[in-house]
Amino acid sequence: MRKLPRPTVIDIGVMRRFVALACWLGCLDVAAADYVPLPSAIFGSVLPADGKAAPASIAAFAMRTEPVTNAEYLDFVMTHPAWRRDRVPAVLADGSYLSHWDSAESLGVKALPRQPVTQVSWFAAQAFCESERARLPGWYEWEYAAAADGHRTDARSDPAWRQRVLDWYGRPATTPLANIGGVPDVHGVRDLNGLVWEWVDDFNALLVSADSRDQGNADKAKFCGAGALTLQQKENYATLMRVAMLSALKASDTTRTLGFRCVREP
Amino acid sequence: MKRLLLLLFLVLFGGQVSADDALPADSVYQANIALVDQAGRQWHWNEQRGHVQIVSMFYTSCTMVCPMIVDTMKLTVQKVGSDKRDRLHLLLVSFDPATDSVAVLRGYAQQRKLPAPSWTLARTAQLADTRQIAALLGLQYRQLPDGEFNHSSELVLLDAEGRIVARTSEIGRVDSDFVRAAERVLARE
Repeated sequence: MRKLPRPTVIDIGVMRRFVALACWLGCLDVAAADYVPLPSAIFGSVLPADGKAAPASIAAFAMRTEPVTNAEYLDFVMTHPAWRRDRVPAVLADGSYLSHWDSAESLGVKALPRQPVTQVSWFAAQAFCESERARLPGWYEWEYAAAADGHRTDARSDPAWRQRVLDWYGRPATTPLANIGGVPDVHGVRDLNGLVWEWVDDFNALLVSADSRDQGNADKAKFCGAGALTLQQKENYATLMRVAMLSALKASDTTRTLGFRCVREP
Repeated sequence: MKRLLLLLFLVLFGGQVSADDALPADSVYQANIALVDQAGRQWHWNEQRGHVQIVSMFYTSCTMVCPMIVDTMKLTVQKVGSDKRDRLHLLLVSFDPATDSVAVLRGYAQQRKLPAPSWTLARTAQLADTRQIAALLGLQYRQLPDGEFNHSSELVLLDAEGRIVARTSEIGRVDSDFVRAAERVLARE
C-alpha cells in the first residue's frame, strides 16, 4: 500500500515503453481472473440512499465471477512482499492476517488453493484488487449482484432464496470452507451467498448515522447529517445481517469467514 | 576542528539514524497517501512525521457539524499550554475531494481564519484514497444523493510517529482528557 512519490520529470518515450510493458504483464495477470459485466440499475436497497426511502442507483460495472482464492492471494503476496504476513504493519492488518496459512509463503492443509482466501484485512483486499487494476465493490454493487439467483436478477422476495441465505448463516463457523465454483447466477457470478462474507469498499459507511441518538445533548454532534438512517425492507434481515457484520469491523480486522472479490469498470 | 568533526559526525550519523528509523507498525503513515493542501502543494502524509497533530475530516460545503469540528479544534488548541501550543499541528482532510479543490480549501481557510503553517486543509490527490484515510483514522462517512455527507465527527490525536494516542467525539466543547493527552505527547517530543 505504500505509495512511492511520483516522478516529477517524465520522459515520454521511456514512459510509453514502460506502459506497454506494464500492459503486457498486466494482461497476462488478468487472464487468471474472470470478470462479467453487470448492468446499471436502480433498486430498493436495505440501506436507502438518503437514509429514508430513496432507491439505490449504480452504474454498469464488471464483477469478478469468483471470490479471490488462497492460490491467487499467494501469487499476490509473492509479487507484493510488503503484504507477507511477516511484513505487513499492524495498522494495515491485525495479528490473525493469513494465520491459517502454513507460512508466510506457503498455504498448507488448512488453506487449500481453491478455497476463498480469508483472514485478510480491508487494506489487503484493496491492495490485491489494485494489483488486478480493479477495486473493491461498493455495498450497492455487491447487494445488487447478490440479489440474483440462477434465473432472476432480483430473487429477494422469494422466501426460498431468503431461507437459503439464512441456512448458510446457521452453519457452524467451524465448518471448513468449501472450494469456490458454486452454481453461477443469472449474471454468471458465483458464490456471492453461501461461501464467505465479503469486504466492500464502503464498509465504514453503512450504518454511519444509526448512532445519532441523544438528540438533546452534545452527542448529537457525533454524526453529521440529517436524521438517522432507517433500515428498509426489514424482511430482508438476511442482507441486513451482512450490513451489521461489516459495520462492526475495523479496516485492519481479519476473520476466518471474511474474504473478498473485486470489481472494475465494464 | 574537534567541534567541526563532531558536527560532521552528527550530520552524517544523525541522518543515517533517522533514515533507518523504521515507522512503528501501528503508525497511520504506514499507508503513505498523497494529499494536496490549501496552498496547492502535493505531499505524502508521512511527511508530517515528527509533528504532533490533531486530525479530523470535514467538507467545506457542510453547514451543520463541520464548522463545530473546526471550532472545537480551535478551542482545544487554546487550552493547550502556551509553551507547547506552537508545536501542535492541525490537519483537516476533506470527505469531498471532488468538490473541495485547492481554491475552495484556500477560501475556507481564509474565511474561517485557519492560518498556515499550523493549519493544513487538504484533500487526497486520488479520489479513492479518501476512504483509506477515514479507515486509518477510524472515521465513517457516506455520501447522500443530494451531495451532503453523513459522517462521524471526531478529533484524533497523532503522536510524532503517526500513532493514534487519543480521540474524542465531544464536539462543541473541549474534552479536557483530550487536551491533557495532547500536552503529554507534546511534552514527550
